[in-house]
Amino acid sequence: MNILVCIKQVPDTKIIKINPKTNTLDRSSAPAILNPYDAHGVQEAVRLRKIHGGKVTVLCMGPPMAREAIKKCVEIGADEGYLISDRRFAGADTLATSYALYKAIQKLMKQDGIDLVLCGKHAIDGDTGQTGPGIARRIGIPPLTNVIKVEEVDLDSQQMKVRRKIEKGYEIIQSKLPCLLTVEKEINTVAYSPLPNMLRAARYEPIVWTVDDLEDVDIKQLGLKGSPTIVGKMWPPAKSEGAKMIDGDVKKQASELVKHMLEKRELFEVKGGEQA
Amino acid sequence: MNLEEYRGVWVFIEQREGKLVDVGLELLGAGRALADKLEVDLCGVLLGSNVKDLAKDTFEYGADKVYVIDDPILEQYRTETYMKAVGDLVRKYKPEIFLYGATANGKDLASAVATEVMTGLTADTTLLDVNLEKRLFEASRPAFGGNIMATILCKKHRPQMATVRPKVMKKLDPQPGRVGEVIEESISLKEENLKTKVIEIVRSAKAAVNLEEAEIIVSAGKGIKDEKGFKMVEQLADVLNATVGASRDVVEMGLCGHDHQVGQTGATVTPKLYIAIGISGAVQHVVGMQNSEMIIAINNDPDATIFNVAHFGVVADAFEIVPLLTEEFKKALKNEVEAEEGGVAHV
Ligand SMILES: Cc1cc2nc3c(=O)[nH]c(=O)nc-3n(C[C@H](O)[C@H](O)[C@H](O)COP(=O)(O)OP(=O)(O)OC[C@H]3O[C@@H](n4cnc5c(N)ncnc54)[C@H](O)[C@@H]3O)c2cc1C
Ligand SMILES: Cc1cc2nc3c(=O)[nH]c(=O)nc-3n(C[C@H](O)[C@H](O)[C@H](O)COP(=O)(O)OP(=O)(O)OC[C@H]3O[C@@H](n4cnc5c(N)ncnc54)[C@H](O)[C@@H]3O)c2cc1C
Repeated sequence: MNILVCIKQVPDTKIIKINPKTNTLDRSSAPAILNPYDAHGVQEAVRLRKIHGGKVTVLCMGPPMAREAIKKCVEIGADEGYLISDRRFAGADTLATSYALYKAIQKLMKQDGIDLVLCGKHAIDGDTGQTGPGIARRIGIPPLTNVIKVEEVDLDSQQMKVRRKIEKGYEIIQSKLPCLLTVEKEINTVAYSPLPNMLRAARYEPIVWTVDDLEDVDIKQLGLKGSPTIVGKMWPPAKSEGAKMIDGDVKKQASELVKHMLEKRELFEVKGGEQA
Repeated sequence: MNLEEYRGVWVFIEQREGKLVDVGLELLGAGRALADKLEVDLCGVLLGSNVKDLAKDTFEYGADKVYVIDDPILEQYRTETYMKAVGDLVRKYKPEIFLYGATANGKDLASAVATEVMTGLTADTTLLDVNLEKRLFEASRPAFGGNIMATILCKKHRPQMATVRPKVMKKLDPQPGRVGEVIEESISLKEENLKTKVIEIVRSAKAAVNLEEAEIIVSAGKGIKDEKGFKMVEQLADVLNATVGASRDVVEMGLCGHDHQVGQTGATVTPKLYIAIGISGAVQHVVGMQNSEMIIAINNDPDATIFNVAHFGVVADAFEIVPLLTEEFKKALKNEVEAEEGGVAHV
């Protein structure tokens, strides 16, 4: 079973700083990490490889430093990593991102066939979750999003069953292979990497492709040029002036709080009807 | 692409098991304002099996027209069938703006349709407007873990599409008897040619903690110390009919599952009321709840940073005030219900 995992290198958004003058991202403030959801994707691929054999390949679009994210995947257990890196990819929105990744996947599919594509539920920086379904649509395979469990893989009949997280529950959906999954964190826990993987990762050099290494590429669909959306403006979200503090003894505090809570009295009415 | 050909504001009307989902009605409210500004129709898109009757509700909530495809093949949501159906409608009727709820299936569908019809899609928006002069849709969204807001534009492609978070937009008050036009379309797909099949749908209010859609959340932080403290928080939540949230530390202490965690590595929530009990207000927690409508913080440290994002704060020992609050609220609720409903108990 050959599995391809799309992985993204992202700034660590917990530490990120926004330049208050320009309202842009101060990239130097945040270390670049492997998108946490993608680590779960690689882990799942490694788990499936253990059961079904085959190989795990990771694919990343990004600047040269994204090599580090690929090495991290090798630590988790990926066999091979490809980085597509070219100035012409820069500034891509999700439509242009899925196009570039699709072109690389096409080439990889020709090289050794792919039974399954995995993506993260979303990337913690752009945070759209749109890239996976976009890639699936371009390849012409079903996307199964928000997957929390792989229930079953049957390579003979080329079918798989997964559990998808939906509002207030889950659904079990069956799909022909190949298909594309986007994975949630619940799907597994990312294990500590065994020493041999660490050693291999330290020495590993990903294969780097530029636009010219891909086939039949329509340059107009790449990068900023190929992106229908643009970021118009950015601004920091309104800061609250701080809480109105309620003083007095606990008794008084409690009854004041109840008063404020009842300002939202529509929440507490006895109401019938279906809610989302 | 001739942009002039594209007119009208569309809303995807999500239904689950034959019932309308709130977010679709909320988007009709938001869409109405956009359509009025642009002086165009507001249209719903309703897909499913035996769902035609739901169209009349959408008129009461503001739709002028509803495109309906009622076919057994659409009974359950599947990307491959819904994407085809919606893609065909877009190609035929050419809307200029198209909104979807940012639910599991709404996001899935919108992403696939954007690629299908090759247009831009703005994700998880919380603020919508139009620039009338340029007839341009301005969809804004939090980005970088909520550290910044960004307005995304789609200048040269149509429709201009966005997914919108549930509970952010407001439903209009329904106008009983308001009517509109139903436009029925069909879909030509055969089951045997499809690649996917939904085997089972399991929905249970209990099994899945659904913080993202909760209207009231009572959240526990490390200040509640142990199981007993957590129980106390649960009791308050019970009385308020709220969902229980938690900081990461509380999850790591094993007091509840990860599905209760609010924050950077948990759920991003936007309830109408968020009560933070014994939570310090670390940025990783705050990014997940700062857009709640009303935030109440309870902490015994007057300098806790949670007070910076809260609307109301009390400096108090959680173990004293929370049980009191539970009691007071129970009383208040009882009074209200009795006054209004003539003694019917709150359920
Ligand atoms: C502030 C801001 C707001 C944005 N808003 C939008 C928007 O509303 N709409 C829009 O179309 N674009 C938007 N973008 C652009 C978007 O971030 C990029 O297109 C990005 O390349 C992919 O989107 P994402 O980060 O949302 O990834 P997601 O779609 O959330 O990523 C999901 C999965 O796709 C795979 N993946 C994503 N990117 C890569 C990659 N480079 N290499 C390999 N695998 C990858 C990974 O498996 C990942 O887990 C925005 C960017 C910024 C900075
Ligand atoms: C990569 C990463 C991801 C993270 N993701 C998340 C996330 O998703 N969600 C999240 O919540 N955190 C997350 N964190 C952790 C975060 O940094 C904080 O450590 C965490 O939010 C703190 O939880 P807390 O407020 O419950 O505990 P503490 O910070 O220990 O705060 C406890 C508070 O309780 C108060 N208190 C103590 N006793 C009482 C009492 N008797 N009555 C009233 N108040 C009392 C104290 O004054 C204090 O303010 C993440 C951290 C990292 C590094």
